[in-house]
Amino acid sequence: MKVIYTDVLIIGGGLAGLRVATGVKERDHDAVVLTLVPPKRSHSSAAQGGMQASLANSNMGEGDNEDVHFSDTIKGSDWGADQVVARMFTHCAPKAIRELAHWGVPWSRVQRGDRTAIINAKKVTITEKDEAHGLITARDFGGTKKWRTCYTSDGTGHSMLYAMDNKAHEDKVEIHERLEAVSLIHENGRCYGAIARNLMSGELVAYIAKATTVATGGYGRIYSVSTNAIICQGIGQALALETGVATLGNMEAIQFHPTAIVPVGILTTEGCRGDGGLLLDKDGYRFMPDYEPEKKELASRDVVSRRMTEHMRKGKGVKSRYGDHLWLDITILGREHIEKNLREVKEICENFLGIDPAVDWIPVRPTQHYSMGGIRTTYKGESQTLKGLYSCGEAACWDMHGFNRLGGNSVSETVVAGMLVAEYISDYLESAESHISIHTANVEKFLKVEQDKIDALLVKEDGEDAYVLRRRMEEIMMDDVGIFRNGADLQKAVDELKELHQRAKNIEVFRSKSRAANPALVNAYRTQKMIKVALTVALGALLRTESRGAHSREDYPERDDANWLKRSITSWPNESDDMPIMSYEEISIGEMEMPPGFRGYGKDLTLHNDQTPIRQSAVDAITKELESQGKDRFEIQNAVMPFMDKLPKKYRGINERLGENV
Amino acid sequence: MSQEIDQTKNRILKISILRFDPHDPEDFPHMETFEVEEAPGMTLFIVLNEIREHHDNSLKFDFVCRAGICGSCSMLVNGKPTLACRTLTKILDTNITLAPLPLFELIGDLSIYTGKWMRGLNERLETWIHDKSNELHVDKLEERMEPALADEIYELDRCVECGCCVAGCGTIQMRENFVGAVGLNKVARYHLDPRDKRSDEEFYEMIGNEDGVFGCMTLLGCEDVCPKDLPLQSKIAYMRRMMLKTSLKN
Repeated sequence: MKVIYTDVLIIGGGLAGLRVATGVKERDHDAVVLTLVPPKRSHSSAAQGGMQASLANSNMGEGDNEDVHFSDTIKGSDWGADQVVARMFTHCAPKAIRELAHWGVPWSRVQRGDRTAIINAKKVTITEKDEAHGLITARDFGGTKKWRTCYTSDGTGHSMLYAMDNKAHEDKVEIHERLEAVSLIHENGRCYGAIARNLMSGELVAYIAKATTVATGGYGRIYSVSTNAIICQGIGQALALETGVATLGNMEAIQFHPTAIVPVGILTTEGCRGDGGLLLDKDGYRFMPDYEPEKKELASRDVVSRRMTEHMRKGKGVKSRYGDHLWLDITILGREHIEKNLREVKEICENFLGIDPAVDWIPVRPTQHYSMGGIRTTYKGESQTLKGLYSCGEAACWDMHGFNRLGGNSVSETVVAGMLVAEYISDYLESAESHISIHTANVEKFLKVEQDKIDALLVKEDGEDAYVLRRRMEEIMMDDVGIFRNGADLQKAVDELKELHQRAKNIEVFRSKSRAANPALVNAYRTQKMIKVALTVALGALLRTESRGAHSREDYPERDDANWLKRSITSWPNESDDMPIMSYEEISIGEMEMPPGFRGYGKDLTLHNDQTPIRQSAVDAITKELESQGKDRFEIQNAVMPFMDKLPKKYRGINERLGENV
Repeated sequence: MSQEIDQTKNRILKISILRFDPHDPEDFPHMETFEVEEAPGMTLFIVLNEIREHHDNSLKFDFVCRAGICGSCSMLVNGKPTLACRTLTKILDTNITLAPLPLFELIGDLSIYTGKWMRGLNERLETWIHDKSNELHVDKLEERMEPALADEIYELDRCVECGCCVAGCGTIQMRENFVGAVGLNKVARYHLDPRDKRSDEEFYEMIGNEDGVFGCMTLLGCEDVCPKDLPLQSKIAYMRRMMLKTSLKN
């Protein structure tokens, strides 16, 4: 048995994982990153439009700060987010972006003077201040009060990931490439690392670590059409689930992005609409103002995706052999703008559609895009139930997104959570609690279990075809657990997924019997895991009898704060059970800085909680009282919902902005 | 739309793939041909997955983003290095030959270990910002940068490390330690970036030799095959002038 010891094992080499690695290295701890692909190819690289951070440098971002970013994030989450975590996040986002600037990201900058922009289909002139010249600029994104999304053209994730990976090179972070974690080693409620399979040689290796971090991204690929990279299969969530101890949070919270191209589902950034692009129907008619007169194309993603679907259901979609779609029109932005700020979009249109987006409209429709749910953690990024297991980024339910994530908040979360979790892990490693003792015989047992599973898949006869099961699962998720959901379809989905889960125990790897690099074997064991993850999503969606954020029930259209202001928690304690177990974690209104309210889209269908007005009055009273005493916004915020004590000391400083604290 | 092709007239594509499993002692490199019915909007990503799912599930290849963004799927398509995911079959003849990129370690079939090569390159050229004197204060306003300069750096930062330029390079065939266009472009990127405080002399130490900028024979296969249309030719020329100047100065 090959055993590798380290302080921190990090599963996943995207932005979140690499940021944890460099963070613990800086605190002189050892780290090993396991990654399926070279880190620079991680799905983080596909983030196009930008990273939210309230720098307030550009004219249209003036007046922005942590408070406004916080408020946008909570509204966007449909009050599902953990407000303390969202506060920690908005406070640290400016620090994370400045850190990345220091490490080499060529953020697009403010150019002093006049420039032309398109706002609400009209040309307007924006004048940038002299004193802002050369600072990081920002564009508009959906669901935000200010222009807050910082970018490098539309290759933001790429630039961030390259800077981050280069920083990891500099810090000599050990990267074990093409190593796939296949199970977590744990005993008595404590995680000790993972068993990993070398995807080139097939060898199984035990990694023993004091802290293990899952940063494997989302689970979009349980759907048949997703903007996600093909490696975003929910394996990290499955690893946690399969411990029987760690829990997952809000797995049913799935975001559909309004504008992926048809049919292949590749993303065109929200920046298209943020920069002034329009959504048109089969008649070339701009329909969004009819549904959302205020925010129009720039309503929150869940809202735009639903409105587009509604509009297509009214027969206004463009018919194609791949089903109905709508048009995204960015011709209005002009060639120069597209070639400078929407280059990836232009390349995608040319290569996959054979069109020129400066002249032609882009066929788009809402497509699975983001997993708000994930491994449930504390604000420190640690599993609530499995000590020593951490998670951050899209893999986790930390939970700053609640039931809908704002565009630009995901890459931002990766680096903010990564930098914070690295500190919490380091604190933990420097405490006595982190010491471990696990008998190698027990480690060997975990390795043997995985070896046996692989053997079984390779020697099985007359078994099931993993591809058939996987395709069926993807269709079920797409058809019955999609943008609009209802009880009957969800029940059907759960029943059939349960059956697929049973059948998956009988998977046979046909013909391709190599123990070394073997894509058929990989597909077989991943399919078994993916079906479990799909079940947690479908079951969570079936049981949540309300509509909140991206979870939209046709049979329960109201957001039900009286009964459903809670987080869904899923676990799978007994491996032999055919279903996971659901429980719920209350989201306490009494501690909220921003008690539940109306998001401002469509009709207000909220069923309110009795506690809401009580808390609102309390918050208002504190605010009024402190304002009359001349207290500043930080002091008032701290009185309403303190969070600063939870942050690592090095990140508690007040952020400078032009005209504030400079 | 352009993908509206009459379904009755779908072409049958003959996909010939150079196959070899280095882990199988009995295997040897050989061509294998698969027939796939073309569909509208079909890319080589779709073709290869269809072959794996319906013809031969042992076929090895690398895709990640499948959107032309991550650079994983570079291979020789009819002999030319390119990204397979964004290659539409309709621009190709019905006989299509696929082979792994040369020069990189072979994992199997079309799957190659570019990650290892690129990591070695990045470590060798120290492709990160060098500035020990400038301490980071995360609370303070970020340092300013001219907008045009930021755009120019981003232009060079767009490299996806796909390895096409390495596969298309004549020099590297003869000089295996040559840094390739990918390496020279990275040096140009950091040379341009005022945040990196390395001197011309330090850059010269790294690439002022035959494995660096003076090794390039200016065949410029790199520029022909770069899927991101990076200005490799002008950047190599620029670096050569800069390095020449540095060498004369000293």
